[in-house]
Amino acid sequence: MKIIVAIKQVPERDAQVRIDASGKWIEESGVQFALNESDAYALEEALQLKEKHGGEVVVLTAGPERVGPTIREALAKGADRAIHIDCADLGSRDALGVAKLLAAAVKPENPDLILTGLQSDDLGLGQTGVILAELLGLPHSSLILHVEKTDTGLTVKRELEEGWFRTIELPLPAVLTIQSGGNKLRYATLMGIKRAKTKEVRTVTAAELAVNSAPVAVLERVALPQKQKSTQILPGNPKEAAAALVEKLKFEARVL
Amino acid sequence: MSGIWVVVEERDGRVSRISWEAVSAGQKLAALTGLAANAVVIGAQTEALATEVAAKALGKAVRIVHPLLAAYTADGFTLALQQFIESEKPDYVVFPHTYQVRDYAPKLAARLGQVLIGDVTGFGEGPVFVRQLMQGRLNGSYRHSGNGPCFVSVQAGAFRADEVQVGSAAISAFTPTIEQAQIRTKPSERFRGAAQTVDLGSAQLIVGVGRGIKDPANIPIAQELATALGAELGASRPICDNGWLPMERQIGSSGQTISPKLYLAVGISGAIQHLVGIKGSQCVVAINKDPDAPIFEVADYGIVGDLMEVVPALTEALKAAKQ
Repeated sequence: MKIIVAIKQVPERDAQVRIDASGKWIEESGVQFALNESDAYALEEALQLKEKHGGEVVVLTAGPERVGPTIREALAKGADRAIHIDCADLGSRDALGVAKLLAAAVKPENPDLILTGLQSDDLGLGQTGVILAELLGLPHSSLILHVEKTDTGLTVKRELEEGWFRTIELPLPAVLTIQSGGNKLRYATLMGIKRAKTKEVRTVTAAELAVNSAPVAVLERVALPQKQKSTQILPGNPKEAAAALVEKLKFEARVL
Repeated sequence: MSGIWVVVEERDGRVSRISWEAVSAGQKLAALTGLAANAVVIGAQTEALATEVAAKALGKAVRIVHPLLAAYTADGFTLALQQFIESEKPDYVVFPHTYQVRDYAPKLAARLGQVLIGDVTGFGEGPVFVRQLMQGRLNGSYRHSGNGPCFVSVQAGAFRADEVQVGSAAISAFTPTIEQAQIRTKPSERFRGAAQTVDLGSAQLIVGVGRGIKDPANIPIAQELATALGAELGASRPICDNGWLPMERQIGSSGQTISPKLYLAVGISGAIQHLVGIKGSQCVVAINKDPDAPIFEVADYGIVGDLMEVVPALTEALKAAKQ
Protein backbone atom coordinates (compact mmCIF):
# COMPACT_ATOMS: atom_id res chain seq x y z
CA MET A 1 0.00 0.00 0.00
CA LYS A 2 1.34 3.40 -0.98
CA ILE A 3 0.42 5.94 1.69
CA ILE A 4 0.89 9.70 1.57
CA VAL A 5 0.83 11.50 4.91
CA ALA A 6 0.20 15.24 4.73
CA ILE A 7 1.83 16.95 7.72
CA LYS A 8 2.18 20.53 8.91
CA GLN A 9 4.80 22.31 10.95
CA VAL A 10 3.18 24.54 13.59
CA PRO A 11 4.37 26.75 16.47
CA GLU A 12 5.09 24.80 19.69
CA ARG A 13 2.08 24.65 21.99
CA ASP A 14 3.58 26.89 24.64
CA ALA A 15 4.94 29.39 22.09
CA GLN A 16 4.47 32.98 23.17
CA VAL A 17 1.71 34.67 21.23
CA ARG A 18 2.65 38.21 20.14
CA ILE A 19 0.87 39.86 17.22
CA ASP A 20 3.15 40.87 14.33
CA ALA A 21 3.36 44.24 12.56
CA SER A 22 0.85 43.21 9.86
CA GLY A 23 -1.78 42.52 12.56
CA LYS A 24 -2.66 39.35 10.66
CA TRP A 25 -0.48 36.73 12.36
CA ILE A 26 1.87 36.16 15.27
CA GLU A 27 5.47 37.29 15.45
CA GLU A 28 7.37 34.16 14.42
CA SER A 29 10.86 35.25 15.42
CA GLY A 30 11.93 33.35 18.51
CA VAL A 31 9.08 30.84 18.12
CA GLN A 32 9.97 27.14 18.15
CA PHE A 33 8.19 24.97 15.58
CA ALA A 34 7.11 21.34 15.81
CA LEU A 35 5.17 18.64 13.98
CA ASN A 36 1.42 19.21 14.39
CA GLU A 37 0.11 16.75 16.99
CA SER A 38 -2.67 14.98 15.07
CA ASP A 39 -0.35 14.78 12.03
CA ALA A 40 2.08 12.83 14.23
CA TYR A 41 -0.76 10.34 14.84
CA ALA A 42 -1.49 10.21 11.09
CA LEU A 43 2.19 9.39 10.46
CA GLU A 44 2.10 6.71 13.17
CA GLU A 45 -0.99 5.11 11.61
CA ALA A 46 0.73 5.10 8.20
CA LEU A 47 3.89 3.50 9.60
CA GLN A 48 1.86 0.78 11.35
CA LEU A 49 -0.14 0.05 8.17
CA LYS A 50 3.13 -0.25 6.25
CA GLU A 51 4.54 -2.63 8.88
CA LYS A 52 1.45 -4.86 8.54
CA HIS A 53 0.81 -4.68 4.80
CA GLY A 54 4.06 -3.48 3.21
CA GLY A 55 4.37 -0.60 0.78
CA GLU A 56 5.68 2.92 1.04
CA VAL A 57 5.07 5.95 3.27
CA VAL A 58 5.61 9.35 1.66
CA VAL A 59 5.34 12.52 3.76
CA LEU A 60 4.05 15.65 2.10
CA THR A 61 4.22 19.13 3.53
CA ALA A 62 3.79 22.71 2.39
CA GLY A 63 5.70 25.51 4.05
CA PRO A 64 8.79 27.68 4.00
CA GLU A 65 12.38 26.45 4.35
CA ARG A 66 12.06 26.09 8.14
CA VAL A 67 9.93 22.92 7.71
CA GLY A 68 13.15 20.97 6.92
CA PRO A 69 13.72 19.60 10.46
CA THR A 70 10.06 18.49 10.69
CA ILE A 71 10.44 16.56 7.43
CA ARG A 72 13.66 14.94 8.75
CA GLU A 73 11.85 14.01 11.96
CA ALA A 74 9.15 12.19 9.95
CA LEU A 75 11.79 10.42 7.87
CA ALA A 76 13.69 9.47 11.05
CA LYS A 77 10.53 7.88 12.44
CA GLY A 78 10.31 5.67 9.36
CA ALA A 79 8.78 7.46 6.37
CA ASP A 80 10.51 6.41 3.13
CA ARG A 81 10.71 9.76 1.35
CA ALA A 82 9.27 13.26 1.37
CA ILE A 83 7.82 15.90 -0.89
CA HIS A 84 8.26 19.50 0.23
CA ILE A 85 6.06 22.13 -1.40
CA ASP A 86 8.20 25.21 -0.92
CA CYS A 87 5.73 27.93 -0.11
CA ALA A 88 6.56 31.10 1.82
CA ASP A 89 3.02 32.51 1.71
CA LEU A 90 1.15 29.56 3.24
CA GLY A 91 -0.56 31.83 5.79
CA SER A 92 -2.20 33.96 3.11
CA ARG A 93 -3.86 30.94 1.49
CA ASP A 94 -7.15 29.58 2.82
CA ALA A 95 -7.94 25.88 3.39
CA LEU A 96 -9.03 25.44 -0.25
CA GLY A 97 -5.84 27.11 -1.49
CA VAL A 98 -3.63 24.83 0.63
CA ALA A 99 -5.62 21.72 -0.34
CA LYS A 100 -5.17 22.65 -4.02
CA LEU A 101 -1.39 22.74 -3.54
CA LEU A 102 -1.43 19.34 -1.82
CA ALA A 103 -3.77 17.85 -4.44
CA ALA A 104 -1.49 18.98 -7.26
CA ALA A 105 1.46 17.26 -5.57
CA VAL A 106 -0.50 14.09 -4.70
CA LYS A 107 -2.03 13.44 -8.14
CA PRO A 108 1.07 12.18 -10.00
CA GLU A 109 1.86 9.87 -7.05
CA ASN A 110 -1.39 7.86 -7.34
CA PRO A 111 -1.42 6.72 -3.69
CA ASP A 112 -3.74 4.07 -2.27
CA LEU A 113 -4.36 6.05 0.89
CA ILE A 114 -3.86 9.62 2.05
CA LEU A 115 -3.73 10.38 5.77
CA THR A 116 -3.54 13.69 7.57
CA GLY A 117 -4.20 14.98 11.07
CA LEU A 118 -7.73 16.12 11.79
CA GLN A 119 -6.72 19.73 12.40
CA SER A 120 -3.72 21.96 12.87
CA ASP A 121 -2.76 23.30 16.29
CA ASP A 122 -2.29 26.84 14.91
CA LEU A 123 -5.23 27.63 12.61
CA GLY A 124 -7.45 24.78 13.81
CA LEU A 125 -9.49 24.77 10.60
CA GLY A 126 -9.83 20.98 10.41
CA GLN A 127 -10.70 21.14 6.71
CA THR A 128 -7.61 20.41 4.63
CA GLY A 129 -8.00 16.61 4.46
CA VAL A 130 -11.71 16.74 3.70
CA ILE A 131 -11.21 19.30 0.91
CA LEU A 132 -8.26 17.32 -0.44
CA ALA A 133 -10.56 14.29 -0.83
CA GLU A 134 -13.09 16.40 -2.72
CA LEU A 135 -10.44 17.83 -5.06
CA LEU A 136 -9.07 14.34 -5.79
CA GLY A 137 -12.57 12.86 -6.21
CA LEU A 138 -11.93 10.34 -3.42
CA PRO A 139 -14.13 9.12 -0.56
CA HIS A 140 -13.07 10.21 2.91
CA SER A 141 -13.82 9.89 6.57
CA SER A 142 -12.73 12.24 9.35
CA LEU A 143 -11.84 12.01 13.07
CA ILE A 144 -10.53 8.47 12.68
CA LEU A 145 -9.06 6.56 15.64
CA HIS A 146 -8.50 3.14 14.13
CA VAL A 147 -7.85 1.85 10.59
CA GLU A 148 -8.14 -1.73 9.40
CA LYS A 149 -7.43 -2.93 5.89
CA THR A 150 -9.99 -5.36 4.47
CA ASP A 151 -10.26 -7.28 1.17
CA THR A 152 -12.43 -4.54 -0.32
CA GLY A 153 -10.90 -1.43 1.23
CA LEU A 154 -10.88 -0.11 4.78
CA THR A 155 -12.90 -0.35 7.95
CA VAL A 156 -12.34 2.68 10.16
CA LYS A 157 -13.49 3.80 13.61
CA ARG A 158 -14.78 7.36 13.63
CA GLU A 159 -15.13 9.41 16.81
CA LEU A 160 -18.45 11.14 17.50
CA GLU A 161 -19.37 13.48 20.33
CA GLU A 162 -19.71 12.52 24.01
CA GLY A 163 -18.03 9.13 23.92
CA TRP A 164 -19.85 7.67 20.89
CA PHE A 165 -18.22 6.05 17.87
CA ARG A 166 -19.18 4.75 14.45
CA THR A 167 -17.59 2.16 12.19
CA ILE A 168 -17.38 3.09 8.52
CA GLU A 169 -16.42 0.98 5.52
CA LEU A 170 -14.91 2.69 2.51
CA PRO A 171 -13.13 1.65 -0.68
CA LEU A 172 -9.56 2.58 -1.66
CA PRO A 173 -8.11 4.94 -2.66
CA ALA A 174 -9.40 7.16 0.13
CA VAL A 175 -8.51 10.05 2.42
CA LEU A 176 -8.68 9.82 6.23
CA THR A 177 -8.17 12.55 8.80
CA ILE A 178 -6.72 11.06 11.97
CA GLN A 179 -7.72 12.01 15.52
CA SER A 180 -5.01 11.98 18.17
CA GLY A 181 -4.86 9.19 20.72
CA GLY A 182 -5.63 6.15 18.52
CA ASN A 183 -2.06 4.86 18.65
CA LYS A 184 1.01 5.29 20.78
CA LEU A 185 3.52 7.56 19.06
CA ARG A 186 7.00 6.22 18.40
CA TYR A 187 10.25 8.07 18.91
CA ALA A 188 12.89 8.27 16.22
CA THR A 189 15.78 5.87 16.91
CA LEU A 190 19.42 6.86 16.48
CA MET A 191 19.57 4.54 13.47
CA GLY A 192 16.41 6.21 12.11
CA ILE A 193 17.93 9.66 12.48
CA LYS A 194 21.05 8.51 10.67
CA ARG A 195 19.09 6.90 7.85
CA ALA A 196 16.87 9.96 7.42
CA LYS A 197 19.87 11.96 6.22
CA THR A 198 20.11 9.86 3.07
CA LYS A 199 16.39 9.66 2.27
CA GLU A 200 14.93 11.53 -0.70
CA VAL A 201 13.31 14.93 -0.12
CA ARG A 202 11.93 16.30 -3.36
CA THR A 203 11.18 20.02 -3.39
CA VAL A 204 8.61 21.58 -5.67
CA THR A 205 7.73 25.23 -5.54
CA ALA A 206 4.18 26.45 -5.11
CA ALA A 207 4.63 28.37 -8.38
CA GLU A 208 5.44 25.14 -10.26
CA LEU A 209 2.17 23.60 -9.09
CA ALA A 210 0.35 26.58 -10.64
CA VAL A 211 -2.79 26.70 -8.50
CA ASN A 212 -4.97 29.72 -7.80
CA SER A 213 -4.01 31.13 -4.42
CA ALA A 214 -6.58 33.93 -4.01
CA PRO A 215 -8.41 33.17 -0.74
CA VAL A 216 -12.21 33.05 -0.43
CA ALA A 217 -12.10 33.13 3.39
CA VAL A 218 -9.79 36.04 4.15
CA LEU A 219 -8.13 36.41 7.56
CA GLU A 220 -8.22 40.18 7.99
CA ARG A 221 -6.96 40.70 11.50
CA VAL A 222 -5.96 38.84 14.65
CA ALA A 223 -6.45 40.03 18.22
CA LEU A 224 -5.84 38.76 21.71
CA PRO A 225 -9.07 37.37 23.18
CA GLN A 226 -10.99 39.41 25.71
CA LYS A 227 -11.62 37.81 29.04
CA GLN A 228 -15.12 36.43 29.54
CA LYS A 229 -14.76 36.65 33.30
CA SER A 230 -12.58 38.81 35.49
CA THR A 231 -10.30 36.29 37.12
CA GLN A 232 -9.09 36.98 40.64
CA ILE A 233 -5.45 35.96 40.61
CA LEU A 234 -4.37 34.99 44.09
CA PRO A 235 -0.86 36.29 44.77
CA GLY A 236 1.88 35.13 47.10
CA ASN A 237 3.91 31.97 47.46
CA PRO A 238 2.14 28.63 46.87
CA LYS A 239 1.18 28.26 50.52
CA GLU A 240 -0.24 31.79 50.80
CA ALA A 241 -2.07 31.55 47.49
CA ALA A 242 -3.55 28.14 48.42
CA ALA A 243 -4.77 29.44 51.80
CA ALA A 244 -6.29 32.53 50.15
CA LEU A 245 -8.03 30.35 47.56
CA VAL A 246 -9.62 28.11 50.21
CA GLU A 247 -10.96 31.24 51.96
CA LYS A 248 -12.42 32.56 48.70
CA LEU A 249 -14.04 29.24 47.80
CA LYS A 250 -15.57 28.94 51.28
CA PHE A 251 -16.78 32.45 51.99
CA GLU A 252 -17.04 34.25 48.63
CA ALA A 253 -17.95 31.60 46.03
CA ARG A 254 -19.51 29.39 48.75
CA VAL A 255 -18.77 26.20 46.85
CA LEU A 256 -17.04 24.32 49.67
CA MET B 1 -29.79 35.17 -3.86
CA SER B 2 -32.25 34.04 -1.21
CA GLY B 3 -31.06 35.02 2.23
CA ILE B 4 -29.74 32.93 5.09
CA TRP B 5 -30.27 29.17 5.41
CA VAL B 6 -29.56 27.34 8.65
CA VAL B 7 -28.88 23.59 8.37
CA VAL B 8 -30.54 21.89 11.34
CA GLU B 9 -29.47 18.53 12.81
CA GLU B 10 -31.39 16.11 14.98
CA ARG B 11 -30.46 14.40 18.23
CA ASP B 12 -32.69 11.55 19.42
CA GLY B 13 -35.45 12.58 17.04
CA ARG B 14 -35.54 16.23 18.12
CA VAL B 15 -33.77 19.36 16.88
CA SER B 16 -30.42 19.32 18.72
CA ARG B 17 -29.49 22.07 21.14
CA ILE B 18 -26.54 23.28 19.07
CA SER B 19 -28.87 23.45 16.04
CA TRP B 20 -31.07 25.90 17.95
CA GLU B 21 -27.92 27.89 18.68
CA ALA B 22 -27.25 27.93 14.91
CA VAL B 23 -30.85 29.09 14.29
CA SER B 24 -30.25 31.85 16.86
CA ALA B 25 -27.05 32.84 14.99
CA GLY B 26 -28.99 32.79 11.70
CA GLN B 27 -31.63 35.12 13.11
CA LYS B 28 -28.94 37.51 14.42
CA LEU B 29 -27.18 37.45 11.05
CA ALA B 30 -30.56 38.24 9.46
CA ALA B 31 -30.95 41.27 11.73
CA LEU B 32 -27.42 42.43 10.84
CA THR B 33 -27.71 41.98 7.07
CA GLY B 34 -31.41 42.68 6.50
CA LEU B 35 -31.79 39.26 4.84
CA ALA B 36 -34.41 36.64 5.72
CA ALA B 37 -33.46 33.61 7.86
CA ASN B 38 -34.71 30.16 6.82
CA ALA B 39 -33.95 26.59 7.86
CA VAL B 40 -33.46 23.18 6.25
CA VAL B 41 -33.72 19.73 7.77
CA ILE B 42 -32.23 16.70 5.99
CA GLY B 43 -32.99 13.01 6.21
CA ALA B 44 -35.43 10.26 5.37
CA GLN B 45 -37.94 11.24 8.11
CA THR B 46 -38.02 14.98 8.61
CA GLU B 47 -41.67 15.84 9.34
CA ALA B 48 -41.31 16.16 13.10
CA LEU B 49 -38.12 18.22 12.86
CA ALA B 50 -39.67 20.54 10.27
CA THR B 51 -42.69 21.07 12.55
CA GLU B 52 -40.38 22.05 15.44
CA VAL B 53 -38.43 24.47 13.23
CA ALA B 54 -41.56 25.97 11.63
CA ALA B 55 -42.63 27.35 15.03
CA LYS B 56 -39.74 29.84 14.95
CA ALA B 57 -39.36 33.24 13.31
CA LEU B 58 -38.11 31.98 9.96
CA GLY B 59 -39.19 32.62 6.35
CA LYS B 60 -39.24 29.01 5.21
CA ALA B 61 -38.61 25.56 6.67
CA VAL B 62 -37.55 23.14 3.95
CA ARG B 63 -37.38 19.36 4.32
CA ILE B 64 -34.66 17.84 2.12
CA VAL B 65 -35.94 14.29 1.84
CA HIS B 66 -34.52 11.14 0.27
CA PRO B 67 -34.39 7.48 1.38
CA LEU B 68 -30.59 7.53 0.87
CA LEU B 69 -30.28 10.26 3.50
CA ALA B 70 -31.59 8.04 6.32
CA ALA B 71 -28.05 7.41 7.59
CA TYR B 72 -25.55 10.24 7.45
CA THR B 73 -22.86 9.97 4.77
CA ALA B 74 -20.62 12.79 3.56
CA ASP B 75 -21.42 11.88 -0.06
CA GLY B 76 -25.20 11.87 0.47
CA PHE B 77 -25.41 15.07 2.49
CA THR B 78 -23.01 16.90 0.15
CA LEU B 79 -25.01 15.93 -2.95
CA ALA B 80 -28.35 16.83 -1.35
CA LEU B 81 -27.22 20.23 -0.07
CA GLN B 82 -25.27 20.99 -3.25
CA GLN B 83 -28.47 20.56 -5.31
CA PHE B 84 -30.52 22.56 -2.82
CA ILE B 85 -27.98 25.41 -2.76
CA GLU B 86 -27.70 25.48 -6.55
CA SER B 87 -31.47 25.81 -6.78
CA GLU B 88 -31.98 28.23 -3.89
CA LYS B 89 -28.78 30.35 -4.27
CA PRO B 90 -28.47 31.46 -0.64
CA ASP B 91 -26.29 34.35 0.52
CA TYR B 92 -25.29 32.53 3.71
CA VAL B 93 -25.43 28.91 4.87
CA VAL B 94 -25.12 28.52 8.64
CA PHE B 95 -24.29 25.18 10.32
CA PRO B 96 -23.87 24.02 13.91
CA HIS B 97 -20.17 23.08 14.27
CA THR B 98 -20.72 19.39 15.02
CA TYR B 99 -18.56 16.36 14.22
CA GLN B 100 -20.99 15.61 11.38
CA VAL B 101 -20.73 19.12 9.89
CA ARG B 102 -16.93 18.97 10.19
CA ASP B 103 -17.07 15.81 8.06
CA TYR B 104 -18.98 17.23 5.06
CA ALA B 105 -19.32 21.03 5.15
CA PRO B 106 -15.71 21.68 3.97
CA LYS B 107 -16.35 19.27 1.08
CA LEU B 108 -19.67 20.90 0.17
CA ALA B 109 -18.13 24.38 0.25
CA ALA B 110 -15.16 23.27 -1.88
CA ARG B 111 -17.46 21.69 -4.46
CA LEU B 112 -19.10 25.09 -4.89
CA GLY B 113 -15.73 26.90 -4.99
CA GLN B 114 -16.22 28.24 -1.46
CA VAL B 115 -14.47 27.85 1.92
CA LEU B 116 -16.27 27.22 5.20
CA ILE B 117 -15.54 29.77 7.93
CA GLY B 118 -15.74 27.19 10.69
CA ASP B 119 -16.19 27.16 14.47
CA VAL B 120 -17.29 30.80 14.60
CA THR B 121 -17.79 32.36 18.04
CA GLY B 122 -19.32 35.65 16.91
CA PHE B 123 -19.74 38.14 14.09
CA GLY B 124 -20.06 41.85 13.54
CA GLU B 125 -20.51 44.54 10.91
CA GLY B 126 -19.19 43.57 7.48
CA PRO B 127 -20.05 40.88 8.29
CA VAL B 128 -16.78 39.83 9.84
CA PHE B 129 -16.72 36.39 11.48
CA VAL B 130 -14.57 35.68 14.53
CA ARG B 131 -13.00 32.29 15.21
CA GLN B 132 -10.27 31.12 17.57
CA LEU B 133 -6.68 30.43 16.52
CA MET B 134 -3.62 29.06 18.32
CA GLN B 135 -5.64 26.83 20.67
CA GLY B 136 -7.76 29.75 21.84
CA ARG B 137 -4.84 32.12 22.48
CA LEU B 138 -5.76 34.33 19.55
CA ASN B 139 -8.94 35.45 17.76
CA GLY B 140 -9.06 35.82 13.98
CA SER B 141 -11.52 37.97 12.03
CA TYR B 142 -12.51 36.49 8.69
CA ARG B 143 -14.35 37.97 5.75
CA HIS B 144 -15.89 36.07 2.83
CA SER B 145 -14.73 37.37 -0.51
CA GLY B 146 -15.96 36.66 -4.02
CA ASN B 147 -19.25 35.47 -5.40
CA GLY B 148 -21.38 32.62 -4.19
CA PRO B 149 -22.71 31.64 -0.80
CA CYS B 150 -20.78 32.26 2.41
CA PHE B 151 -20.56 29.08 4.54
CA VAL B 152 -20.29 29.50 8.32
CA SER B 153 -20.44 27.03 11.23
CA VAL B 154 -21.00 28.19 14.79
CA GLN B 155 -19.24 26.86 17.89
CA ALA B 156 -21.28 25.09 20.58
CA GLY B 157 -22.33 27.58 23.24
CA ALA B 158 -21.38 30.69 21.24
CA PHE B 159 -25.01 31.65 20.57
CA ARG B 160 -27.97 31.17 22.87
CA ALA B 161 -30.66 28.63 22.06
CA ASP B 162 -33.07 30.40 24.42
CA GLU B 163 -32.81 33.55 22.31
CA VAL B 164 -34.37 31.92 19.22
CA GLN B 165 -37.36 34.03 18.24
CA VAL B 166 -40.67 32.27 17.82
CA GLY B 167 -42.97 32.76 14.85
CA SER B 168 -44.21 30.62 12.04
CA ALA B 169 -42.62 29.40 8.84
CA ALA B 170 -44.07 27.72 5.77
CA ILE B 171 -42.95 24.08 5.38
CA SER B 172 -42.05 22.73 1.95
CA ALA B 173 -40.11 19.74 0.62
CA PHE B 174 -37.10 19.42 -1.69
CA THR B 175 -36.21 16.07 -3.22
CA PRO B 176 -32.61 15.74 -4.43
CA THR B 177 -31.49 13.22 -7.05
CA ILE B 178 -29.13 10.72 -5.45
CA GLU B 179 -28.06 7.31 -6.79
CA GLN B 180 -26.94 4.51 -4.46
CA ALA B 181 -23.64 4.25 -6.39
CA GLN B 182 -22.79 7.87 -5.53
CA ILE B 183 -22.55 6.98 -1.85
CA ARG B 184 -19.13 5.43 -1.40
CA THR B 185 -18.96 4.97 2.37
CA LYS B 186 -20.99 2.55 4.48
CA PRO B 187 -21.63 3.64 8.08
CA SER B 188 -22.64 1.35 10.95
CA GLU B 189 -24.98 2.25 13.81
CA ARG B 190 -23.23 4.41 16.39
CA PHE B 191 -21.93 2.67 19.50
CA ARG B 192 -20.45 3.58 22.87
CA GLY B 193 -16.88 2.80 23.77
CA ALA B 194 -16.14 1.23 27.13
CA ALA B 195 -19.02 1.16 29.60
CA GLN B 196 -19.27 4.54 31.31
CA THR B 197 -18.78 3.82 34.99
CA VAL B 198 -17.64 7.33 35.89
CA ASP B 199 -20.43 9.89 35.74
CA LEU B 200 -18.67 13.24 35.75
CA GLY B 201 -21.84 14.86 34.38
CA SER B 202 -23.56 14.90 37.76
CA ALA B 203 -20.48 15.37 39.99
CA GLN B 204 -20.56 18.57 42.06
CA LEU B 205 -16.82 18.87 42.68
CA ILE B 206 -14.29 18.01 39.97
CA VAL B 207 -10.52 18.31 39.68
CA GLY B 208 -9.34 18.27 36.05
CA VAL B 209 -5.76 17.48 35.16
CA GLY B 210 -3.98 18.51 31.94
CA ARG B 211 -0.69 18.45 30.09
CA GLY B 212 0.97 20.60 32.75
CA ILE B 213 1.19 17.53 34.98
CA LYS B 214 4.04 16.46 32.63
CA ASP B 215 4.49 12.87 33.83
CA PRO B 216 2.11 10.03 34.78
CA ALA B 217 4.10 9.72 38.02
CA ASN B 218 2.68 13.13 39.01
CA ILE B 219 -1.00 12.10 38.68
CA PRO B 220 -1.18 11.13 42.39
CA ILE B 221 -0.69 14.76 43.48
CA ALA B 222 -3.86 15.69 41.56
CA GLN B 223 -5.61 12.60 42.96
CA GLU B 224 -4.66 13.66 46.49
CA LEU B 225 -6.18 17.09 45.87
CA ALA B 226 -9.37 15.45 44.57
CA THR B 227 -9.50 13.16 47.64
CA ALA B 228 -9.00 16.07 50.05
CA LEU B 229 -11.80 17.92 48.31
CA GLY B 230 -14.09 14.89 47.98
CA ALA B 231 -14.03 15.51 44.23
CA GLU B 232 -14.03 13.32 41.12
CA LEU B 233 -10.85 13.33 39.05
CA GLY B 234 -11.21 14.24 35.37
CA ALA B 235 -8.72 15.05 32.63
CA SER B 236 -8.19 16.87 29.36
CA ARG B 237 -7.85 14.84 26.19
CA PRO B 238 -4.03 14.55 25.98
CA ILE B 239 -3.92 12.88 29.41
CA CYS B 240 -6.38 10.19 28.28
CA ASP B 241 -4.72 9.88 24.85
CA ASN B 242 -1.48 9.06 26.66
CA GLY B 243 -3.26 6.50 28.83
CA TRP B 244 -2.35 8.32 32.06
CA LEU B 245 -6.04 8.26 33.06
CA PRO B 246 -8.82 6.15 31.51
CA MET B 247 -10.84 7.60 28.60
CA GLU B 248 -13.99 7.63 30.73
CA ARG B 249 -12.48 10.47 32.77
CA GLN B 250 -12.07 12.74 29.74
CA ILE B 251 -13.79 16.14 29.91
CA GLY B 252 -14.58 18.06 26.72
CA SER B 253 -16.35 17.82 23.38
CA SER B 254 -15.25 14.23 22.75
CA GLY B 255 -15.62 13.21 26.41
CA GLN B 256 -18.04 14.20 29.14
CA THR B 257 -19.79 17.53 29.60
CA ILE B 258 -19.69 18.70 33.21
CA SER B 259 -21.68 21.19 35.30
CA PRO B 260 -20.23 21.06 38.83
CA LYS B 261 -20.37 23.67 41.56
CA LEU B 262 -16.58 23.80 41.49
CA TYR B 263 -14.19 22.87 38.71
CA LEU B 264 -10.51 23.02 39.56
CA ALA B 265 -8.36 22.92 36.40
CA VAL B 266 -4.81 21.85 37.13
CA GLY B 267 -2.23 22.32 34.37
CA ILE B 268 -4.97 22.68 31.75
CA SER B 269 -4.30 25.40 29.16
CA GLY B 270 -7.94 25.51 28.05
CA ALA B 271 -8.19 24.36 24.42
CA ILE B 272 -11.58 25.07 22.84
CA GLN B 273 -12.57 21.40 22.94
CA HIS B 274 -12.05 21.36 26.69
CA LEU B 275 -13.77 24.69 27.41
CA VAL B 276 -16.89 23.53 25.57
CA GLY B 277 -17.18 20.69 28.08
CA ILE B 278 -16.87 22.85 31.23
CA LYS B 279 -19.19 25.71 30.26
CA GLY B 280 -21.82 24.68 32.80
CA SER B 281 -19.43 24.95 35.77
CA GLN B 282 -20.57 27.39 38.46
CA CYS B 283 -17.08 28.29 39.69
CA VAL B 284 -13.85 27.65 37.80
CA VAL B 285 -10.41 27.71 39.41
CA ALA B 286 -7.27 27.50 37.26
CA ILE B 287 -3.78 26.58 38.39
CA ASN B 288 -1.29 27.12 35.59
CA LYS B 289 2.25 28.38 35.14
CA ASP B 290 1.29 30.39 32.02
CA PRO B 291 -0.65 33.58 32.93
CA ASP B 292 -1.76 33.86 29.26
CA ALA B 293 -3.30 30.37 29.13
CA PRO B 294 -6.88 30.56 27.74
CA ILE B 295 -8.22 28.79 30.85
CA PHE B 296 -7.78 32.10 32.72
CA GLU B 297 -10.32 33.68 30.34
CA VAL B 298 -13.06 31.59 31.92
CA ALA B 299 -11.68 31.17 35.44
CA ASP B 300 -13.16 32.91 38.50
CA TYR B 301 -10.00 32.36 40.55
CA GLY B 302 -6.50 31.63 39.45
CA ILE B 303 -3.10 30.79 40.83
CA VAL B 304 -0.19 31.36 38.48
CA GLY B 305 2.62 29.05 39.45
CA ASP B 306 4.23 25.63 39.33
CA LEU B 307 1.49 23.09 39.95
CA MET B 308 4.02 20.75 41.57
CA GLU B 309 4.22 23.29 44.40
CA VAL B 310 0.74 24.84 44.31
CA VAL B 311 -1.32 21.62 44.24
CA PRO B 312 0.25 20.00 47.36
CA ALA B 313 -0.07 23.36 49.17
CA LEU B 314 -3.75 23.52 48.25
CA THR B 315 -4.29 19.92 49.37
CA GLU B 316 -2.77 20.81 52.75
CA ALA B 317 -4.83 24.01 53.03
CA LEU B 318 -8.04 22.06 52.32
CA LYS B 319 -7.17 19.42 54.91
CA ALA B 320 -6.40 22.16 57.45
CA ALA B 321 -9.71 23.93 56.68
CA LYS B 322 -11.66 20.72 57.32
CA GLN B 323 -10.23 20.22 60.79
